[in-house]
Amino acid sequence: MTYRFSKVLSKAAALTVAAGLLVGCGESEPQTGGAPPDMRRLTTEQYHNIIHDVFGEYIVMVGRFDPLVRTEGLFAVGARNAPITRSGFEEFYKVARSVAEQVVSNENRAVLIPCEPADVSRADETCARQFFTEVGRHLYRRPLTESELSTAVTAAKDVADELGDFYAGIEFGLAGLLVTPSFLFIIDETEEDTSSPTGMRLTAYAKASRLSFFLWNTGPDDMLLAAAEAGELHTAKGLARQVDRMMRSELLSRGVRAFFEDFLDLEKFETLEKDTIIYPAYTINAAQSAKEQLLRTIISHTVDKDAPYPGIFSTRETFIDSHLGRIYKVPVSRPDGGWEPYTFPEDDVRAGVLTQMGFLALFSHPGRSSATLRGKAVRELVLCQKVPDPPGDVDFSLFNDPNAPSRTARDRLTAHSTVPSCAGCHKITDPIGLGFEHFDGIGQFRTREQGAVIDVSGDLDGTQFTDAIGLAEAMTEHPGVPACLTNQLYSYAAGRATDRNEREFVRFLEAGFVESGYSLKTLMRDIATSEALYIVSPPERGPDGMRAASLNTSFDQERGS
Amino acid sequence: MSVLLPKKSTRRQALRTMMGGGVMSLTLPFLDCFLNDNGTALASGAPIPVRFGTWYWGMGHTPGKAVVEKTSTSPGIEFLEETAPLIPHKDKMTYFGNFNMPLDGRSNYTHHSGWVIGRTGSAPEAGGDIPAPTLDLLIADEIDEGTRFHTLDATSVSIARENYSARNTYNRAAAQVDPVALFDRIYGPEFADPNKADFKPDPAVRLRKSILSSFTEETRDYMKTLGAADKRRMDEYYTSIREIENQLELQLQKPEPNEACMVPQRPDEPAPDEVAKVREMDSVIENHKVMSKILAMAVACNQTKVFNMVFTDNFANVRRVGETYTHHLLTHEEVVDPELGYQPLTYWFNARSMEGLATFIETMESIPEGGGTLLDNCLIFATSETNYARLHTIDGVPAYLIGGAGGRVKQGMYVAGGGDPFTRIGLTTMQIMGVPIETWGTKSLQTANPITEILA
Repeated sequence: MTYRFSKVLSKAAALTVAAGLLVGCGESEPQTGGAPPDMRRLTTEQYHNIIHDVFGEYIVMVGRFDPLVRTEGLFAVGARNAPITRSGFEEFYKVARSVAEQVVSNENRAVLIPCEPADVSRADETCARQFFTEVGRHLYRRPLTESELSTAVTAAKDVADELGDFYAGIEFGLAGLLVTPSFLFIIDETEEDTSSPTGMRLTAYAKASRLSFFLWNTGPDDMLLAAAEAGELHTAKGLARQVDRMMRSELLSRGVRAFFEDFLDLEKFETLEKDTIIYPAYTINAAQSAKEQLLRTIISHTVDKDAPYPGIFSTRETFIDSHLGRIYKVPVSRPDGGWEPYTFPEDDVRAGVLTQMGFLALFSHPGRSSATLRGKAVRELVLCQKVPDPPGDVDFSLFNDPNAPSRTARDRLTAHSTVPSCAGCHKITDPIGLGFEHFDGIGQFRTREQGAVIDVSGDLDGTQFTDAIGLAEAMTEHPGVPACLTNQLYSYAAGRATDRNEREFVRFLEAGFVESGYSLKTLMRDIATSEALYIVSPPERGPDGMRAASLNTSFDQERGS
Repeated sequence: MSVLLPKKSTRRQALRTMMGGGVMSLTLPFLDCFLNDNGTALASGAPIPVRFGTWYWGMGHTPGKAVVEKTSTSPGIEFLEETAPLIPHKDKMTYFGNFNMPLDGRSNYTHHSGWVIGRTGSAPEAGGDIPAPTLDLLIADEIDEGTRFHTLDATSVSIARENYSARNTYNRAAAQVDPVALFDRIYGPEFADPNKADFKPDPAVRLRKSILSSFTEETRDYMKTLGAADKRRMDEYYTSIREIENQLELQLQKPEPNEACMVPQRPDEPAPDEVAKVREMDSVIENHKVMSKILAMAVACNQTKVFNMVFTDNFANVRRVGETYTHHLLTHEEVVDPELGYQPLTYWFNARSMEGLATFIETMESIPEGGGTLLDNCLIFATSETNYARLHTIDGVPAYLIGGAGGRVKQGMYVAGGGDPFTRIGLTTMQIMGVPIETWGTKSLQTANPITEILA
């Protein structure tokens, strides 16, 4: 058996050297009541990761799964309400058939199917059983039940008998497995537990999934499944051993990347578009590089260096390629498009991720910058503060005075603030966003707008600043920065919004985060080894079947000025 | 109260359910007249089905530039400059003016409340909230028998999320954004050309169907342990499977010959540099043109009976080359020209949207079917989310019903709403399409009063 996942993870396992028991130090964890078990639809990334991990990165998946609804600031939370629509199922089935076809192709079957049939033109139940046992364990994130296995083997036999092709049987059976709820949903399976205050607990395999999707954004590997099978995940020591092993894996970066893509709403890059007459330097490649730069900067800072999280807003260290070199007007040594480390000089206008093209272009209009969108993004994404929706009945003619000398964004937004119904929100967003006005709609530096000198001074909740560097420094000191990250990271791990009964626990996590010097890795470990992450309460029995959820979809659409 | 009935009920059973077993004679005669096979027949002798579609554009109309308002319902629509492209088609549609969307104290979630009310009959409780199923799905539940796709959804603005068809907030399918992918989905290997002489069912299809059923039967055990919300999602999952099983079943049957069905040409893959400007208005118009042809022929080829086309989204994320603002932002930021009395750039976008609608109508009309055209056998609900986008007004949101619906409706009418709930349009539409429903909408939007003046 040569599944790539097994290879990758055995490498990770090699790095694991009896990590030892690191839990149990300091204050004890506050009790929570947990939340009812639920099921979360796989994200596109998770789907791709599982297939690539199990079968190899050469498996091509072309298809667009139904989008998730961003809920409480995270798609990971929206996943728990995501259904599989009719056209969505059609897409899953199409991709499943394509994956199955590639797995049994002449080129791949020798590597991906662990046995050879006695006769390729006939069914071979022994070989089929071996294949579905091994693959099914990874796809379902638990061993298949005998009944499930029998269904797959029988399907493969029926097809092989009828079409005279063993591999067609495997193909059809695999396609069937890939569209079952056990694969498409991460299901919180539970079992009775008399020692738990709720009388129930997640099964060890469900715990393994929760852990694995949190830390790696994929299903559990062989070792984690083995630990689940042995019951180790039900002990603090066994759980910590697995967490430490996983924290050392190269896959941790992938997990952190997935979290920040969600946390910072980087899905918006899919629909980012700029006017190339106004911004000739803008290209699709530059946009893709901008997203990659954001993530590389964050991962290098928080994972590779384990440096304090707020430092992502002030670090001058980053990575650039030739596409970004043109935007930032800095020379690159690799004109082939490859990445290289780069440190902005101490007197440079850029420091931290909020002064990078990715943030600046994403929260701008196609043809101009937007102090409001940028300020709103900082408030909502980084500080977890809700900016109210714009009023429906505002009369813009009140500040659209054609005779007013509005040349800069500040001029225009000052006009907005004269209207009471607008002023409330613009006062929340604009003093931050105006600090970025030295950067145009794609993040290029400028000092003037329509000939007028741009004033980039502003205020972040009482901290005055004179430019984006000052704003970056203010961000590193803002108490909302670690608090927001802590809450959202825990929500992301649990796949649901934090509950009232978890407030004390989240504060406990935050205290640990502060104590660790804002180490993201420590926070992840604290969450992963906590009891709170795995506590389940009895299922909801609502009459209408709809869960209450607060939507935060306003950011999914471009609005405001 | 919104009424959604189980698909497999008979109409009489359904009405009994709606009425709680009480008086049930209110709507049967009305419905019966629609359910008669009163259309012309296909060459095969089969009756031509009546199909339903929606067409959406963002930002409404420019006040005083679109349609001359009337105070009473009467034949004849007077189009103005912005809607001039519709003039050649004025006898193929009905315009609805001055229908209102009372909010009962709820907020007007800008560019959201309008479309949600128009399509679900209920005002949203939050931005992003979709409180009830959209009418296209209620219609599809009723009429989708015998077609491959429950609905086909496409958008020319290239944002997959922008599909105004949903069961609820979370159950909202992605729209097809790529003409090539749309073509391949419909006319790929699973498509059976009805006019091909030879038809040989693929044995693999039967096997696929059988295997799909066996795997999904296996998973029903989960239902026992799930909470209410997840059980509901599992129900939706099984409904989705039935659609695929239905598609596979249809592949095993020889389709009826259909002279209207001619497979269109597969679009060219876009060049990489074109991908960067998909939301320039010219690109949107071109994209829409190509997608309209694919979609219209899918309807003619009986691949679906319900379709949704989004020309531009509710935040009108479209732009004009060299302009710093998108269409949406222009509606707010552009100054009203004191001499013209309107916002000229915003007007430009609105007028181009009507060019798009005219193109869609022409595409439907270009396909002969029975003794007329495909448009004669369709009913298309074209609407937006605002009346005057600059002020986000949702009273008087423009709405059109286009096509003959197989002879079920009068055309060329101006219907004066007089401030009545906008939901009267949706209720009438669903009744025309055979949905056994007598009341629709919630709170002040609830109505049991269809617009009988447009019935043939």
